[in-house]
Amino acid sequence: MKRIHPILALLAVLCLGLAFAACGGDDDSSSSGGGGGSSSGSEPAGTEIQKVDGAESKPAIKVGSKNFTEQYILGEIYAQALEAAGFKVDKQLDLGSELLAYKALQAGKVDAYPEYTGTALTSFFGVKTADVPRDANQAYEEAKKGFAKKQITALAPTPFENTYRLGMTKEKAKEIGNPTKISDLTDKASELSISGFPECKQRQDCLLGVQDAYGLKFKKFVTSEQKYQVLDSGAADVAFIFTTDGDLASGKYAILDDDKKFFPPYNVTFAIRDEALQNIGPEGQKVIEDVQKPLTEKVMQELNARVDVDKQKPEEVAKAYLQSAGFIPKS
Amino acid sequence: VSHVFAVLGPFGDAFDFIFQQRESQAGTVQVGGLGEIWELTWTHLKLSLAATAIATLIALPIGTWIGHIGRYQFLATSTSNIGRAVPALGLIVFFIAFLGVGFVNVCAALVLLAIPPIITNTYVGIRGVDRETVDAANGNGLTGMQIASKVELPLALPTIMGGIRIAFVSVIATATIAPLANVDTLGRPIVSPNVYGTAGQLAACIVVALLTFAADAVLAAIQRAVTPRGVKIQASHGRSTGRAGFLSTKRSIQST
Repeated sequence: MKRIHPILALLAVLCLGLAFAACGGDDDSSSSGGGGGSSSGSEPAGTEIQKVDGAESKPAIKVGSKNFTEQYILGEIYAQALEAAGFKVDKQLDLGSELLAYKALQAGKVDAYPEYTGTALTSFFGVKTADVPRDANQAYEEAKKGFAKKQITALAPTPFENTYRLGMTKEKAKEIGNPTKISDLTDKASELSISGFPECKQRQDCLLGVQDAYGLKFKKFVTSEQKYQVLDSGAADVAFIFTTDGDLASGKYAILDDDKKFFPPYNVTFAIRDEALQNIGPEGQKVIEDVQKPLTEKVMQELNARVDVDKQKPEEVAKAYLQSAGFIPKS
Repeated sequence: VSHVFAVLGPFGDAFDFIFQQRESQAGTVQVGGLGEIWELTWTHLKLSLAATAIATLIALPIGTWIGHIGRYQFLATSTSNIGRAVPALGLIVFFIAFLGVGFVNVCAALVLLAIPPIITNTYVGIRGVDRETVDAANGNGLTGMQIASKVELPLALPTIMGGIRIAFVSVIATATIAPLANVDTLGRPIVSPNVYGTAGQLAACIVVALLTFAADAVLAAIQRAVTPRGVKIQASHGRSTGRAGFLSTKRSIQST
């Protein structure tokens, strides 16, 4: 690892700070420039959303989301789709963690937000990770039942799932003999450090569970939210990643298969209060369910990459998605 | 003890978390209790002390120099402005490439957070020293170095300590983001709701709040202790004449 004299680093950062401060104003113009241009090149997969009769007279639908990239994008996609159908939408796309978002949903502070089936089961409905059905549809049905008890409807799940995997740089993978699945790490783990978000270290559905299920023990755990920088800098060899992470679109990273099916399914369901569902009616529900149909893992990765890597705004990315899929007319 | 806390609702639960270990929200591991809270608090304190101390070592000479020569004020103001604009979390991410993740990384980010208030206060403190006093020192043949160290610095010390106080308190508050870069401070329960639960989050917040109050009180005491006797007398004199209003002769003499 490179070592830089701390004082030099401090000075460098101070200078950079000045530079940033000086050109801060340019930021917006440069990011909006790439907005529509870099489409994934797929032909329209959906039909244009039509106005729903009487939608304007319904009370505004409060669409929420949790506080990370994919959630902002999904929240925007659903919100803009409902707007295209003529509904009034009140966006509250920064609710915080799932526990806060779920509280807000139950209390009616928001009418709906996208939630992952696996998260709903383990965090809200007290299902132990090991007991979550490994079949995506079964997991969804079970989550739907849980939500129904709270007068919330879980709409049909997305094609993509955003679940955990272990990832590493392709270089590191080559170095240790190109493992393809987590089991391949069994006799190497004791020499590998692994990185993950802070909670992971103490969670049964993350580090603890993986070590138990695969019977391995990593050298040490490096807490970080910046898993890809941590991998790139060599501060850790392996990292807990999410399958739809935008950084994966670069192809720089190797993903290890979860061959013992340890991780539960995490498809997204738009959880909506029954009251709000009645307001948008079957037509509104169809809008939601149609608009998510083209969202495969690859598409979601690409959308996340546009925000995380290309620094575009979730709002623009969602709009570009809806346009290129043919849900809303190109402006 | 738990019965007493139960009456207090969520806050009681948080206090209970501080004193009693319990099974984590996600199961199997034990969290909370004085042992873990102390461990996290100790790391939190070490990190904050280190960052503030390093920041003081860097900022104090710079602030004194700017104040003494009375030029380059823009340095004092622009560093404090940039310091406020650059988020510590962003710095941590930025440092990963150079410093990896861990104590050094987080400490560096916190140092940069602590430098601006210390530079600004040092500069303001030094400039605030009565020019007549400096002239008198000059007239007595003291060198620039002697004036800075023997006249300006002691007289500016209360203001400088005020800057260190602001820096230390904001460093303690910001050190809660350290777990995002592999340093387990009191921020760990805050960023891990699925393990520590809301009780753990609230408990950590309470401890951090208490820590800032305590740190502020200790530094305030130091600030009073280092205030030169002359400055104290002058201050109390100023107050008493201020209350008398029309009797404040010093001011009227200066204005004529």
